[in-house]
Amino acid sequence: MSQATGGFLTPFNALGSVALRFLEELGAMSIFFLDSVRFVFAGWGQFSKSVRQIYFIGVQSVSVIALIGLFTGMVMGMQLYFALSSFGADGFLGTGVALSMVRELAPVLTAIMLTGRAGSAMTAEIGVMRISEQIDALTIMDINPMRYLVAPKMAACIISFPILTAFFNLIAIAGGWLTGVRLLGANAGVYWYRVQASLSWADIEGGFIKALAFAVLVCTICCYEGYFTHLRGRVGPEGVSQSTTSAVVKSCVVILAADYILTSLLW
Amino acid sequence: MATAPGIRLESLTVGYGKTPVVSDMDIEIPGGKITMIVGGSGCGKSTLLKHILRLHQPLRGSIFIGGHDVFSLSGKAFRCLRQRMGALFQDGALLGSLRLRDNVALPLREHTRLRESQIMDIVHHKLELVGLEHAMDLFPHELSGGMRKRAGLARALVMDPQVLFCDEPTSGLDPVMSAELDQLLLEMMGHFDMTTVVVTHDLASMRTIADYVVVLGDGRCLFQGSVEDLEAQEDEYLRSFLDREAPERDTPRLTMPPIDPGMMKLNCTQLLGEE
Repeated sequence: MSQATGGFLTPFNALGSVALRFLEELGAMSIFFLDSVRFVFAGWGQFSKSVRQIYFIGVQSVSVIALIGLFTGMVMGMQLYFALSSFGADGFLGTGVALSMVRELAPVLTAIMLTGRAGSAMTAEIGVMRISEQIDALTIMDINPMRYLVAPKMAACIISFPILTAFFNLIAIAGGWLTGVRLLGANAGVYWYRVQASLSWADIEGGFIKALAFAVLVCTICCYEGYFTHLRGRVGPEGVSQSTTSAVVKSCVVILAADYILTSLLW
Repeated sequence: MATAPGIRLESLTVGYGKTPVVSDMDIEIPGGKITMIVGGSGCGKSTLLKHILRLHQPLRGSIFIGGHDVFSLSGKAFRCLRQRMGALFQDGALLGSLRLRDNVALPLREHTRLRESQIMDIVHHKLELVGLEHAMDLFPHELSGGMRKRAGLARALVMDPQVLFCDEPTSGLDPVMSAELDQLLLEMMGHFDMTTVVVTHDLASMRTIADYVVVLGDGRCLFQGSVEDLEAQEDEYLRSFLDREAPERDTPRLTMPPIDPGMMKLNCTQLLGEE
């Protein structure tokens, strides 16, 4: 009888165990996030390290963000032109491109690109430091690794993500103009007028709120995965590669899920 | 804590997760001396060291450094204790993104109000002590294993610690370099009032510089005392460890014939013109 009951409960046990692990990880990640944010505002001692991180995460990502923004805008301009012109509404091309970019695509694609370029590097860097005892060495020297390693990255993400999102917006709207107006013949004046008229402050603000939220999420997940790489099943280089993969996958999923939630709340 | 503090382990059991690695240790490490923790591979020497450094929580028991319970001290009091410790890790554990001088200067920049010129003077002196003053501007990946280890020692010494912990300081070093490192530790002990705890496999080093020895094995502390007392021990495990004797085997070990050259994917015999 007890065996039968055990068999009946097995799927629930497994589900409960997964849920508990998820909640445990979520709790640990929240504490990790609060700890890192605490040190972001703890003083100017980390300023030079934050500037270096801004250079790595922000400045060195400009070219890739420009490329992605340009092609996304060009595709959007082309697709919307074909769709709108079929019922004579190609005058709204600027509206379509501007709203889709500012509200959705710019924050999401910028965050996903930065996850791939900078987030994975953050996980790998911290992971290697963990397995080569560099984090232990910092701890022994009474240098808090959260303050020394994670907080500058968090500060850099909070500054870089919104700026790069704004940059993506500009390039993408120009890309839409390039295909919609220059290649396919939509009216330039109407395009720019619609871009200006259709965007409200709430749209721009919403896009920036998303960028900030994604910055915090991506940085927390990527640094957390690297920091606790030694607690994964596999240690050593394999553990670091596992953490890096996990950080990128989790970040991308969380970006899209958070995007849905934020869109529901903001508009 | 004006003089070099002693370290006391009381009923200490260390391990990972819920699995004990070394159990029920009652060890008294004397202050101002060089204590060496020795034992076979995987016996828990480095694990014990990491627990003493409070990098891990023990399963049971207490650790006292200079009379302070390491796991009861909190906040700034524990930070003070930690700033009086230095640690040399197996591979040096230098920060890969910093040049050697910045690696060594890091604790001084973080914990003192010294001017940059004063910090650089100290860094230069400590690197000179380990013979690396010429490598100040190099990054860790540009150093050999032995140089990384010596650089790690310079960093461990930069705050003039009262307790120095070294994890396998001579592993991977040639005999001359090992002897030099031993000599350096002895010189430092003569110069600074410092307690040094060294985890090692190196019996030659133990016989040269240890004042006190702790032997771990079989999941427990097998011996603690002076080198002379250890050498006089009759215990079978200790004797085989000290005399570097492998256990005798009844059956031959090499029973498998070599791989038939005909089974190699590349026909090396033909390619190299061998008969």
